[in-house]
Amino acid sequence: MKSTGAQQVMGNRTGMQTTPELAEELVEGAASATPSSEGGAEVIAEQRVEYISEGFPLGSMPSMPVSEEAEADEDQAAMAVLLDKLSERLAFERMGVRLYEALLNKCETLGESTPGPTLDDVKRIGTEELEHFLMLNQTITDLGGDPTVESPSADIAGVASMGIMQVLTDPRSSVPQCLQALLTAELTDNAGWELLIELTSSLGYDDMRVQFETALVHEEEHLQNVRDWLSDCVLDRAQLDEA
Amino acid sequence: MSLDIFKEKGTPLDKQVFTWRDLVRTPTSKLDDDAFTRVRIILMNGIESNAIRTSHGMARMLNGNFRLPLAKVRRVEQHQQTMVNWLLPADLSPLETTIGFEQVAIEVTASVAQHEPDAYLAQVYRFGLLEDFDHLYRFSALMDRVGGADANTIIQNYSDIMPGRPTQVEHRAPEDDLREHYDCTTADPLTKIHAATITAGENQTHDYYMTIGPMFADPIARQLYAEIASIEEQHVTQYESLMDPNETPLEKWLLHEATDVYNYYSCMQYETNPRVKQIWERFCDYELGHLHLVMDLMKEVEKRDPAELLPQTLPTLIEYESHRQFVREVLNSEVNLRAAGTRFINAEDEPEQAPLSIAYREQMNSEGSPSEIVAAGYVWTPGTELVESKSVFAKGVGA
Repeated sequence: MKSTGAQQVMGNRTGMQTTPELAEELVEGAASATPSSEGGAEVIAEQRVEYISEGFPLGSMPSMPVSEEAEADEDQAAMAVLLDKLSERLAFERMGVRLYEALLNKCETLGESTPGPTLDDVKRIGTEELEHFLMLNQTITDLGGDPTVESPSADIAGVASMGIMQVLTDPRSSVPQCLQALLTAELTDNAGWELLIELTSSLGYDDMRVQFETALVHEEEHLQNVRDWLSDCVLDRAQLDEA
Repeated sequence: MSLDIFKEKGTPLDKQVFTWRDLVRTPTSKLDDDAFTRVRIILMNGIESNAIRTSHGMARMLNGNFRLPLAKVRRVEQHQQTMVNWLLPADLSPLETTIGFEQVAIEVTASVAQHEPDAYLAQVYRFGLLEDFDHLYRFSALMDRVGGADANTIIQNYSDIMPGRPTQVEHRAPEDDLREHYDCTTADPLTKIHAATITAGENQTHDYYMTIGPMFADPIARQLYAEIASIEEQHVTQYESLMDPNETPLEKWLLHEATDVYNYYSCMQYETNPRVKQIWERFCDYELGHLHLVMDLMKEVEKRDPAELLPQTLPTLIEYESHRQFVREVLNSEVNLRAAGTRFINAEDEPEQAPLSIAYREQMNSEGSPSEIVAAGYVWTPGTELVESKSVFAKGVGA
């Protein structure tokens, strides 16, 4: 059976100017209504206060076996903070590998284009993300931690970055749109490595700090690459690129 | 341990009240709560969801005299479901919740299968169990390969992550999904409670997958949810067919309320989170109130003694613990079972004895099997497969 429905209107329909007459009626209707309760958005905040005040945390770190060298409470506390942040980076780098796998998949399917990353560019970054993941896995193990733990910071990082994965794995997203999402990831990743370097430096883990500084050099390069590709793509689309 | 359901009257219906603030409490912790707390929350959400579903079904088919009591009890059950389901935290992603749903299907069904008095029904539960067991493996692969995360952070070592009866061969024609029902005049009350419990859990799983499937961007994730939601629909068909259609609607209502009491009481015995335990205790009392209301209706309307249908005390409870050894034994001995009509047969006999299922399966899988694609070569490992450098980027590592 074939339908004889209305002809589809092409293009974005989210703005009010799509149907100006309906828009006018909508504005008129809303303006004539009276709210059923007084106040503004601050009333929502008052509700949140109640729940925040209960003081339940998202979660905690597992209790660690106490080593001979780290018997003092403050040492244990410092170790818990370090492991929490290492777990966060570990989770982020693991996700990073999957993000770049998705990007590689997309670039291979659509074919390399200029401007934008080459397949070798994507492979290089993906490889470095995998190396960082493996290095963090080993680092946590060497510290006596459990690399399979999802720490509170790792959990938060996962929640915060769910949208990035959604963009990368959406078959409809373009390479520039993926780069836009990756920019969020790389900015966060850079700041994460900087914080880890600061933390290990303060705690006197010099060997670890040196390893992390090497990782940061890679991540700075990833960030710069993503920024450049994104900017080139956007300018190219706007036909403003000097090339 | 035993609860005399005739002596304990619970909370009267008119004392079962809520506020929105009461319904929406600070949720449990994804990281710190025991996996079985999540398992209980997910199951009890399913139990309440099914109570509401069944009540609506009855309201649409029964005469007007039942509609008000059904509506009154249903309103409370709506709010019970809300309070229970809202215990799940926002940092538990839809895929992580899915892992929780499959863990429910494995561990709760394993407990039920071991205590089911009817040998045929026990076989049905073991049959379904191996299919949900496989789903856990497929979703774990999805979580690792698309989400970059480890499903064991949710499972907490209690359940195995490995293939069961492959999802791709679980697709059956409706003719091979129906089972023999128990005889309501002779069946053990526990048999009836088991059937209502597992049907409720599976129905909610189906509804959940149908809701969240389109929220995923990745096409293989969308396909996998489409495929496994279809199996969950088959499972609902299978499990609901275990219930005797000759039970009167009131009898079914009575059994559902007894099932609710039984399940809240089971949860109470195992709960480790005191905030959650307090909810199980409160709702066990609410369900006793519902049960006695229906007992009174049964005496009044059908002139039957509910004691003919219900046990004096609650039978063996659901065991909220790992059933790893049992599941492995079932896997070893029954993974090659298939269904032909209401019987279970060996896989090699399927072409001859269940040709409709073969044809249906070939049609559905003719453009590829999502569950096979997502888990191609997948072996779960702690921290998971990137720990072993299983990635397209592995060649470059250390170069």
